[in-house]
Amino acid sequence: MKFSTPGPWLSDDGPDTDVVMSCRVRLARNIAGFPFVGRANDAQRREILRIAQQVVLSLDLADGMFWVDLAQSPARDRQLLMERHLISRHLAEAEFPRAVAVSGDETLSIMVNEEDHLRMQVLGPGIGLSDLMERINEVDDAIESRLDFAFSQRWGYLTACPTNVGAGIRLSVMMHLPGLKLTGEIDRLRRAAKDLHLAVRGYYGEGSESAGDFYQVSNQITLGRSEQDLLVEFRDRILPQIIEYEQHARQMLVERNATMLDDRINRAVGILRSAHLLGAEEAMKLLSRVRLGIHLKRLHGIDLNKVNHLLLQVQTAHLQQSIGADLNPDQRREARAKLVREALG
Amino acid sequence: MNPPKCDHCDEPAVVHEVTLKNGIKTEIHLCQRHAQEAGVSMPTHQPINQLLSQFVISHSAKARAKSKKTCPGCGMTFGRFRQSGALGCADCYETFEQELTPLIERAQNGATHHRGKTPLRAGSSMDRQLLITQLVKELDQAVGAEQYERAAQLRDRLRDLNPASAENGPGRSASSEAAPTDS
Repeated sequence: MKFSTPGPWLSDDGPDTDVVMSCRVRLARNIAGFPFVGRANDAQRREILRIAQQVVLSLDLADGMFWVDLAQSPARDRQLLMERHLISRHLAEAEFPRAVAVSGDETLSIMVNEEDHLRMQVLGPGIGLSDLMERINEVDDAIESRLDFAFSQRWGYLTACPTNVGAGIRLSVMMHLPGLKLTGEIDRLRRAAKDLHLAVRGYYGEGSESAGDFYQVSNQITLGRSEQDLLVEFRDRILPQIIEYEQHARQMLVERNATMLDDRINRAVGILRSAHLLGAEEAMKLLSRVRLGIHLKRLHGIDLNKVNHLLLQVQTAHLQQSIGADLNPDQRREARAKLVREALG
Repeated sequence: MNPPKCDHCDEPAVVHEVTLKNGIKTEIHLCQRHAQEAGVSMPTHQPINQLLSQFVISHSAKARAKSKKTCPGCGMTFGRFRQSGALGCADCYETFEQELTPLIERAQNGATHHRGKTPLRAGSSMDRQLLITQLVKELDQAVGAEQYERAAQLRDRLRDLNPASAENGPGRSASSEAAPTDS
């Protein structure tokens, strides 16, 4: 599997992209007539795959739609898809019949046999949630014209986990929050998030740790509100507060702790430019500091796009893809350091 | 070593706070319920399923007594749901409605009814589900009575109705998956 582009959501166009990297809208749907994935046997899971493949590929959902049978794919390909946020870690690591359909431009992906039969998502740069909502709705309507989804008048779309029931929708944004991290405010955000019914997760979503101060923030309410209400509240009421919180924290650092800030940023540049062994987590953390430095105009002469791309390229599967071979952990650290040195040198 | 108990009751503590002030160490250990009462949130990094099962376990003293119910659609029990955090099929929502309602209400900020999108053909879909239920029953009977020709006809009709009903067949749970669970 080869991806030539860096990922369409990796763009710094638009407002607030200093804080919001990318956004996503995801719908959870189950095909009526089958047990949920966790309770289905492999024959039923294969049948779900067959139906999904037939429906998804016969609809004109997007240009260059392709199908990946994950049970037949090598681990490196699965990890590559995960690093590009096209499949979840759960789907990458599961051991039963499962697949993903991906559009040629990688903005749409439909996971099959994740926790729910279908998990369809659209990804975009920055904070363009409204467009994504419109797009996913079209995809949902198209698929729904061919399949009956498990639905009840009371509960709405029925999902394996009752926390997703109703609209089955998850709106999420990938936020870069180094200001809140450096000022120690991130724990307060996490606590406040609970009251706002938000989930704050790591870089790869559920069950993952934050890497490089990137956090995935998403809604947790899916019942009792229309999709539009949920969108408006998330986009217009919640996100601006978090963005402002982060920007305020950054400003505090500049005003009150500029020396520490410059030290962290320039130390990061120094290590990235001179290290000969670099772990993925360390690389992400240092690149995160550099990204902060560029946005705060404390660093000059380093291209932001290059840093954004490196954030993807230093990850294990991407690194191995660019080298064209499977590497052991030591070789990876060496290759990663070389890649970064050359890019930032 | 056993995990510390809650400072206020005998439940295991799930929230721990250690503070050092002027060299004096203070420890606070709280169970789920008392942590919530104290306004201390759960660690948000836990997978949602785990949070959910903890929710259920800590709030389901009443539900435990009823946990012998088994979902006719998939054979799921409430006890098993408590462990995994995931339901077995759409019928589970109806089977365990009583147990699930307070849980969903809590997780969904008090909401108990869907107000979002409705499938464009939800109405016809319900009729179709009833028909599928009937056909699946007849198919079971035909296969049981070794009436293979009739079984093949029924299978064709099912396939026409919904690709989901073709080939391996949905099994018993096909019947009322999408039936309204309002009662």
